[in-house]
Amino acid sequence: MDTLRVLVCDDETGMRIGVERALRHFSVRVPDVNGEVHFTVEQAESAERALELIDASPPEILLLDLKLPGMSGIDLLERIGPRHLETLVIMISAYASIDAAVRATKQGAYDFLAKPFTPTELKDTLKEAAEHLILARQAKKLALEKRRVRFEFISVVAHELKAPINAIDGYLKIMATHAAGDDPAVYARMTERCMTRIAGMRKMIEDLLDLTRIESGQKSRELVEVDVCEVARTALDTALPSAQVRGITLELHAAAPIPMTADRGELEIIFNNLISNAVKYNRDNGRVDVKVEAGAGRVRIVVKDTGIGIRQEDVAKLFNDFVRLKNEETRNVLGSGLGLSIVKKLAVMYGGEVSVTSELGAGSTFTVTLNCEAPV
Amino acid sequence: MTEHAKTILMVDDDEDFLFQQKVQLEAIGFRVVTASSKAEALRVIAGSRPDLVIVDLMMEEMDAGFTVCHTIKAKDESIPVIMCTGVVGETGLEFDAVTDEEQAWVKADVLLSKPVRFEQLKREIDRLLAS
Repeated sequence: MDTLRVLVCDDETGMRIGVERALRHFSVRVPDVNGEVHFTVEQAESAERALELIDASPPEILLLDLKLPGMSGIDLLERIGPRHLETLVIMISAYASIDAAVRATKQGAYDFLAKPFTPTELKDTLKEAAEHLILARQAKKLALEKRRVRFEFISVVAHELKAPINAIDGYLKIMATHAAGDDPAVYARMTERCMTRIAGMRKMIEDLLDLTRIESGQKSRELVEVDVCEVARTALDTALPSAQVRGITLELHAAAPIPMTADRGELEIIFNNLISNAVKYNRDNGRVDVKVEAGAGRVRIVVKDTGIGIRQEDVAKLFNDFVRLKNEETRNVLGSGLGLSIVKKLAVMYGGEVSVTSELGAGSTFTVTLNCEAPV
Repeated sequence: MTEHAKTILMVDDDEDFLFQQKVQLEAIGFRVVTASSKAEALRVIAGSRPDLVIVDLMMEEMDAGFTVCHTIKAKDESIPVIMCTGVVGETGLEFDAVTDEEQAWVKADVLLSKPVRFEQLKREIDRLLAS
């Protein structure tokens, strides 16, 4: 529940009391916001008094008479000008000339209420003002939240990019000062590690670019008819060298071509991420089985490995940004922690989803379903 | 050489950091045993007595380094321990090992923030092994 503070500034006592009475038991239900909005009313008999109250604590809504003894309503608006950003001003006047109305609007008045007005007219005006205020507040909160998420993301990215730089920097310093003795094999190993870390960094940057393109919706998409099996085959070929080194068998189970309307690049990202994970987190001499099936307007992609598996409690966070499961088995596996989050975002774009079943020490099976129809 | 022929146990889950410190320490005559997880470190400690231990705080668990420290000090209070960590700056978790009270709690003789420079590490090792 929200309460909005209303300050009524009028030299007529009857007017101030009337406003107070009309709003005492009045509440507004604002769409999109839970609960009701109530009002409390403060009174000022002059612009000078209003200014004091505003200085002490600005109200959410100011009902301001134009004609006041001493400082006028317009003068007051000018005085509080820069400070009333948060305050919605509604002018109340018996003889608001066009000229005065224009001047008041220029000073930021939100609405006009011509005297005399009925309690209903007052309530209608305040209802609209309240909705405006609450929605503006919501928008501001949302913008702040978005900013927070963005900063958090940037700080994680910075951290993730700093780690390989520190490692490479460390190696280069040792090489430059020859601080590791005379064995050339040691230096060869260092060069190799530097290259591995650079490759990891490059992958992270590529993943980040994919992610931002997907999230901003700016990736230029080319929706054409694609044979999903053919994309799967290409992705398996890409993964073949790293699989062969560790004796891992890759196999595609798909009967005929399976057509769907998609951006080929996006399908490749899905397959490459799932298959490279299945290889990376596999045991030596393990298997990766990729199955592509179609039915009921959907394509189902299943990637099954014989790897280390995932703990049940880790499954839930698996598809979030920058999640890397840290344990003894994954310690030496490099990754950006973005691959599965990208897969999930893409699956959603195709009206689909991604899920995983896993048995610790036995392997994991990732299933992605996509709509065959062109995504909107 | 005899002066430096001491065994250092180094515990860190950062493969590169471990490798870099190891080769440099070996180049100046130390024997270096490495462990890349808490479990591995505890196995090494159970079966041997290193002259000095360098341990990273954050490994598989946030506080894995603390456990390793406690196990070492419980085994032999006189084994000096250097704790390396990036955690002070990164998580806002603040602690140090300067006062006696802090040392009794952290169970490390020295705390170094990552990135650790080798010269800095070497200086602390020399100081701890001399005393």
